[in-house]
Amino acid sequence: MPQIIDLCATSDIELEDVIRVDREGQSFAVYHAPGGKFYVTSGLCTHEAVHLAGGLVMGHIIECPKHNGRFDYRTGEAKGVPACVNLRIFPVTLAGGRVTIALS
Amino acid sequence: MPGIVIIGAGKAGASAALALRQGGYTGAVTLLGAEPHAPYDRPPLSKAALLEAEPPSPAWVLTPEQAAAQNISLRRGAEVTSIAAPARRVHLADGTTLAYSKLLLATGATPRQLPGAEGVLYLRNYEDALALRTRLAPQSHVAIIGGGFIGLELAAAARQRGAAVTLVESAPRVLMRGVPAAVAAVIAARHAQAGVNLLPGVVIARIARAGAQHHLHLADGRIITADLVIAGIGAAPETRLAAAAGLALDNGIAVDEGLRTSDPHIYAAGDCCAFPHPLFGGRRIRLEAWRNAQDQGEAVAQTMLGGTQPFQAVPWFWSDQYDLCLQVTGLAEPDAPTIARHLPDGTVLHFQCDAQGRLIAAAAAGGMRLGKEIRLAGMLIAQRAHPSPAALAAPDVPLKSLLIPMATADASSS
Ligand SMILES: Cc1cc2nc3c(=O)[nH]c(=O)nc-3n(C[C@H](O)[C@H](O)[C@H](O)COP(=O)(O)OP(=O)(O)OC[C@H]3O[C@@H](n4cnc5c(N)ncnc54)[C@H](O)[C@@H]3O)c2cc1C
Ligand code: FES
Repeated sequence: MPQIIDLCATSDIELEDVIRVDREGQSFAVYHAPGGKFYVTSGLCTHEAVHLAGGLVMGHIIECPKHNGRFDYRTGEAKGVPACVNLRIFPVTLAGGRVTIALS
Repeated sequence: MPGIVIIGAGKAGASAALALRQGGYTGAVTLLGAEPHAPYDRPPLSKAALLEAEPPSPAWVLTPEQAAAQNISLRRGAEVTSIAAPARRVHLADGTTLAYSKLLLATGATPRQLPGAEGVLYLRNYEDALALRTRLAPQSHVAIIGGGFIGLELAAAARQRGAAVTLVESAPRVLMRGVPAAVAAVIAARHAQAGVNLLPGVVIARIARAGAQHHLHLADGRIITADLVIAGIGAAPETRLAAAAGLALDNGIAVDEGLRTSDPHIYAAGDCCAFPHPLFGGRRIRLEAWRNAQDQGEAVAQTMLGGTQPFQAVPWFWSDQYDLCLQVTGLAEPDAPTIARHLPDGTVLHFQCDAQGRLIAAAAAGGMRLGKEIRLAGMLIAQRAHPSPAALAAPDVPLKSLLIPMATADASSS
């Protein structure tokens, strides 16, 4: 049975921004995309395990604060070196103004 | 028809080879590297590679499999000895020659050597890092000459491995080149806290060997005895091939805004080239930075495929020392005044503007979150923005709000 994890309120994140949320011993990055949708990826960069939430969101790209590696946070796809390994993504459910994910 | 030949299988060469394929080039691409390895990243060599318990493998940039998949002919241990520019051929150390339609010089840089000092170690290659890591032992005393990025990263690594460290710098402070004094002071304080004996403003008269030890004779008469001496006193652009081929040089291989050399069939990119930067009044600069090598590799591939865009990425550099992250964007004047912005985690961001109020540089040393602010500052520099000093200094005015809105929603490269 997948476990439902409540991450934050939709109002916690400004538009075109990201926050870090730690749950269940894991770190997540929660994004508020232009247009209003929410996305969740693993919180750590696949290059050198830096917290991505410290990075810059531009459109649908999150740029790592350490070496400016890039990912499309909707798909997790690595979009710019030195990031080469894709980021894990988690499908999001919005309910009552809360951002939740299902963790299996 | 002969294809494109790239001399130097480092960051710039590998980036160009991949970008040629991404740009649709279908001719032959040959990447010639003197080192016995496939292209790898150098930044870890002065950081993780010295600290990890087991000797690490190089951080590959382009594996032989990836090269093969892109139909890039990657030749390791292939040193080019001369260029016959009129005939458009390169000569290799193994006696063979190779014809080219276009040639890219991505030969990097070589550590400057201390004249007349034997037994001094340097750090540029994977082998250099392997040789160093076993010798940064507890109980040993390491003398580091040079307070630039490499010297300081080496000092941090040596301390973290338990060695005693003395760092000698002839300039009045560390990081004189390209880092504002206020930011260099944060770095110096962190090294002092870690127990590094920092000696700025000190000139070395000579280095003598006494058995397994080295004596550094300072100009003021002091003598420092060390088990190991490592020099990080800068790097010289690798221009020998270019010079012998008669290409124009100017603190590196001189190229134009499209990274073309003075020969119409030869281009240059990365640490080896000096280029006029449109954002800084066309001033000719040479950078030794990972992002620059990556970006110039991509840009020169575009030029080689007929593109006419000038290269004008904003210079950007990072360094990691202990838990500190250091980043610089733009071209900082070491002693010009700065405007300070205090970030919530205590890190201070320092901006520099020119006489007309245009933002030209930003730098900070501290927590990782400064990366985002430095990146935004870089975007402001790219936009030739003239932000008000009050806005730059106000932590509650987001740097993002100072940007001129761009048409594209998704990230563009600068
Ligand atoms: C220890 C270290 C740490 C660094 N850390 C950072 C950092 O933290 N942040 C940062 O931004 N930058 C850092 N840099 C700088 C960055 O690594 C360089 O700017 C980058 O490697 C430049 O790439 P390049 O391709 O121009 O040159 P290189 O990577 O030097 O590649 C040039 C290659 O050309 C080959 N070559 C030269 N002549 C010939 C020939 N005649 N025939 C065949 N091959 C030839 C060389 O063997 C070499 O492999 C660091 C550099 C070093 C050495
Ligand atoms: S740690 Fe994220 S790009 Fe290097």
